[in-house]
This record gives sequence, structure tokens and C-alpha cells, in this order.
Amino acid sequence: MGELRLMKGNEALAEAIIRAGADGYFGYPITPQSEVIEYLTAAKPHERTGMVVLQAESEVASINMLYGGGATGKKVVTSSSSPGISLMQEGLSYIAGAEIPIVIANVVRGGPGLGDIQPAQSDYFQSTKGGGHGDYRLIVLAPSSVQEMSDFVPEAFDLAFKYRMPVMILSDGAIGQMMEKVELFEPIPRLTDEEVKAKYPWATNGKPKGGERRIITSLDLDPYKLEEHNHHLQEKYRIIEQNEIRFEEIMCDDADYILVAYGSSARISQKAIQLLREKGIKVGLLRLITLWPFPYAKIQDMVSKGKKGFLAVEMSAGQMVEDVRLAVEGKVKVAHYGRIGGVIHSPEEVAEALEQKIIGE
Amino acid sequence: MSEIAIKDIIKTENLVYKKTSLMTDKPLSYCPGCGHGTAHRLIMEVIEELGMENDTVGVAPVGCSVLAYEFMNVDMQEAAHGRAPALATAIKRLWNDKLVFTYQGDGDLAAIGTAETIHACNRGEKIVIVFINNGIYGMTGGQMAPTTLVGMKTSTSPFGRDVSLMGNPLKITELVAQLPGTYFVTRQAVHTPGAARKARKAIKKAFQNQLDDAPGLSFIEIVSNCNSGWKMTPVDANNWMVDNMFPYYPLGDIKVDGELVNK
Repeated sequence: MGELRLMKGNEALAEAIIRAGADGYFGYPITPQSEVIEYLTAAKPHERTGMVVLQAESEVASINMLYGGGATGKKVVTSSSSPGISLMQEGLSYIAGAEIPIVIANVVRGGPGLGDIQPAQSDYFQSTKGGGHGDYRLIVLAPSSVQEMSDFVPEAFDLAFKYRMPVMILSDGAIGQMMEKVELFEPIPRLTDEEVKAKYPWATNGKPKGGERRIITSLDLDPYKLEEHNHHLQEKYRIIEQNEIRFEEIMCDDADYILVAYGSSARISQKAIQLLREKGIKVGLLRLITLWPFPYAKIQDMVSKGKKGFLAVEMSAGQMVEDVRLAVEGKVKVAHYGRIGGVIHSPEEVAEALEQKIIGE
Repeated sequence: MSEIAIKDIIKTENLVYKKTSLMTDKPLSYCPGCGHGTAHRLIMEVIEELGMENDTVGVAPVGCSVLAYEFMNVDMQEAAHGRAPALATAIKRLWNDKLVFTYQGDGDLAAIGTAETIHACNRGEKIVIVFINNGIYGMTGGQMAPTTLVGMKTSTSPFGRDVSLMGNPLKITELVAQLPGTYFVTRQAVHTPGAARKARKAIKKAFQNQLDDAPGLSFIEIVSNCNSGWKMTPVDANNWMVDNMFPYYPLGDIKVDGELVNK
């Protein structure tokens, strides 16, 4: 068993970044995730692993530091919260286009605009549909516990390097701020410069002796070549949709109705299931772990197996519900429930919403 | 076609000068008479001379030199507009023993990328920034730049730069020289062989600073021309640059070894 600690979600994320063998963290403080960079600067990762930590002048700079560092084959990561993540969208588009592996964590707060500093899940569209310009995707992992804030870090790095693309850990202010028991994984050693060079021949870290220089760019002025590059990206995304969908089914086997949720809402939904089952209503939870790729086939399968309705529970005005509707294709009832603007719904509210919006009508 | 004619006339055994192997054979995309080609070549010659071709990472900007990576035969990254110093910061911090440089124009470095420029300089990142100042946005068709001179006509200052509307031309090189993080700040030109030789010396000093792990950033402005953007012949553009750009952007060292010159 690994080392057990009581930690905030943000602290678990920070500790996991060091343990995952990251080479560099570049970030800018923003509530409710400033504990990440505070932890990283206090924990002296440079002494522990040689990892670089730098407070950038803005989120625009930190995402572009990830571009530069990631393009050399090093493991680089940043974290922020919604307004800061909006500033990073330009960089993410370039990083996706240039196929650079990086990891980014978003501890979501209420929006739009400056919004507030309370938990929200209203960045789903931005995260899963491409927040910047052009046709691209991020792999989006949604932790629903402090444990997963830690566990998803090495997983995100593995996915980022496997597919050479940005991977986002989409958390929220509740998961980031709450304290829970965490079992920390054994530290993964950082790669040496030589190992990085051998493992990632595409990376720009000095032209190999007797070899060809490398270029990392998202530019191709020839539209036919850029079309080809886009097809290549799309093929990669199709492979990810085939292989990387992750979800958890809780009490779905005998359920008539399914709550679909992720992150904090998944935990609240679990309690709502208990309340509903006490009333004799058979409800299960499909907890999404990857938001993109989205488990369309799984939901279609549930429809074909006779599930009578789906309630998308999310702290947004109804974003993820659109993907649930796409999967269900109008065959059974789909509805959305969620408090917005940084308000967290209660299990009772979720239970009542299922009864009114799915069962009642 | 002209290449064949030249080869017929000049015998290779008689050549006393050879293009550096760190410039690719791809024809430059710059207008005839533009200073970019010379600036590229000087940087690549210096890197070759320092024996660092396998230990250099360059960052190209957005602007006329957006395709610099096509011509510079070292590992290169292409940055978003203005962000090159952020990329270079991370590259250098993660690979301390590499030579890292950015190559940026005036719009890239002194307008959209001002924050990245100032903060990379202020942190004293141990990188080299080469800043090409031709007072105009060449790539997008001749719009006003932060460095466009007062009264100078561009496609977005068609009646000349009016200070009351458009502000003053930005002397960002003097500005970064004030920051303790810069170690070497100089302004050069490449319009004559003599100027190019001086610029080459300055570029070499900048990269040598980085090899020596000097405490701070080396910043080289190259005042250049834009004959097509300025709507002049190459010769007229160079003359206009000497008469108008140099008085506002005087050539010479501004800070050497961390000390301001002529303080």
C-alpha cells in the first residue's frame, strides 16, 4: 500500500505532478486552484526530482511555456481555473495543431466572465468541443475524488505522450478544495535528457549529430497539406474514440433510469440514487471519467437494453446533456438538472428532478 | 534559371565564400532587398562557428519571418504571435546546456508579445532575443507597427502616424535595457557589409554570453528595411532607413555586461 495522506484535491494534484516525473510546471495563480503552485513551490521539487517550477506572468505565457517545453519532449504541466483556462485556448489550439504532449488541469469555477470562485461544471463545452480555433480535441479526464486528482496525473501524461496531444484534467472547485484520504502512488523517475532524446525523436532539443533537424509547428500555408494534417489529426481522434473511453457504472444493471454525471455531480448523484432506491425507484449512475471521448455507444447500449430515461446531472445550464441526447437519439426521455453559477445541487434536488423531469411527465 | 547562369560564369574552385550549412537550400521567401535573409545568415554562421548546431533550439515568430524555420537548419519551434519568449523560457529552463534564441519582428515582440518580452527580460532568462525592427507589419501587407515612425504612412495610418491618435513609436530596446534581467542590449543594422559585420559580432557576443552562462538575457535589435511595405526600391528603402529610422533608433550598444552604456 502506498503512502496515505489527508490532502486537498489541489495539493494531491500538485504532489502527483512531482511523483509522476514531471519535468516542469508553469502556472499563474487563480482561485480556487492556487494551492497547486503554492504546494509546488513549497515542496522544493527541484531538490526532490530536479523538476522546474515557474510562476509565469500570465496564463497566456504559461500555456506557451508548455508549448516550448513540451515540444522538447519534456513532461510539462499547468493548472488554472476557468477564466485562466479561457486565456489558454489560443495556446491549446496551437499545441493540438503542432501535436505536443502536455497536461493541463482546470479546477472549474462559476462563470461566465469573472463569475465567482465557487465550484461549477460550466466549462464542458470549452473542454470537450474545442475551446480554441480549428478542428481539434483534448482528451478530458474528470476526477470525482481527491484520490483521482492524484491518480489521473500519470494517466494524463501517458495519454498525452501516447497520442502527442494535450490532455485536460477537468476538475471543479469542490474537488480541488475538499480534503480526503489519498493513497499516493510510488514516484516515477524523471527521464534523463538522453532518454528523452531516444524516446521522442520528433522533439526539438538539438539536431541529432548527422541527422535531420526537427520542426514543431502548426503552420502549413499549402491548404492541401494542411488538409492532410487535419485528416491525420482526425484519424488519431477516431483511434482514441475506439480505445480510450472510460466510465464507471454504479447500480446500473437493474436500473430503469440512469443519472449521467461526472466530478462532484457524480458524487451527489450517488447519494441521490440511495434516496430514490429507498423509495423503490431503480436508478443507476453512469459516471463519466473521460468526457471526450464520450461513451455514446455505452448509452446507446443502455437504451437498447430498456433503460427508460436519462437525467444529465451537471453544475451547468445543460452542456453534457447535449451529448447524452446525441447518444439517445430521441428514443427515450432525456433531461438536464443542475444548479448554476457556483451553486452545488443537493442529492434531494437531484432525486426530485428525476421524479419530475423523467418519471413524472 | 539565374542559378544556372551564375554557375556557368563562376567556377566553384574559385569561390572564396560559402553559405553556412546551417542555412537550408530552400529559396528565401523574403522580398529582394529585405534584411531578414542577412540577419538569418549571420545568426546561423555564429551558431556554426560556436560549434553548437546540435545543441541549439530556435523559436520563430508570426510575421514575415514566420517561416524562418524553413531556412534555419537547426531544431526549430514555431510560436503563436508574440509568445516566442515564453516558449524559449521553458526550453532553456528544461535544457540548460542548449543555446536558445527567438527571432521576432516588431509587431510580434513590441505589440502583441510585449508582456512575454518584458517578463522574459525581467526574469533574466538566459536566452538570446533577435528583434527585427522595420517599423511596419510586412506579412499582413504594410500596417502600422508599434515602431512605425511619427508621420510614416502605412495601410492603417494612411495619412501618416498621428501621435494624438496612435501614440508614439515604441523604443522597446531602450525599455528592456532598463531591466536588471538584461545583460547585453544592442541595436544593429545589416544594410551594408560593414553594418553586417558589426551585427555579426554583436550576435556572437550574445550567444557567447549564453554559452558562458552570463546572468541575464541578450537582446539584439536589428533596424531593418521593408522596401515593399514602405513602397520604395531596395536602395531607396535603405537610404530612407538611414535618414529616418537611425535618428530615432540609433545604432550601437545600449547595455554591455549588465552595465548601461553612456549612462
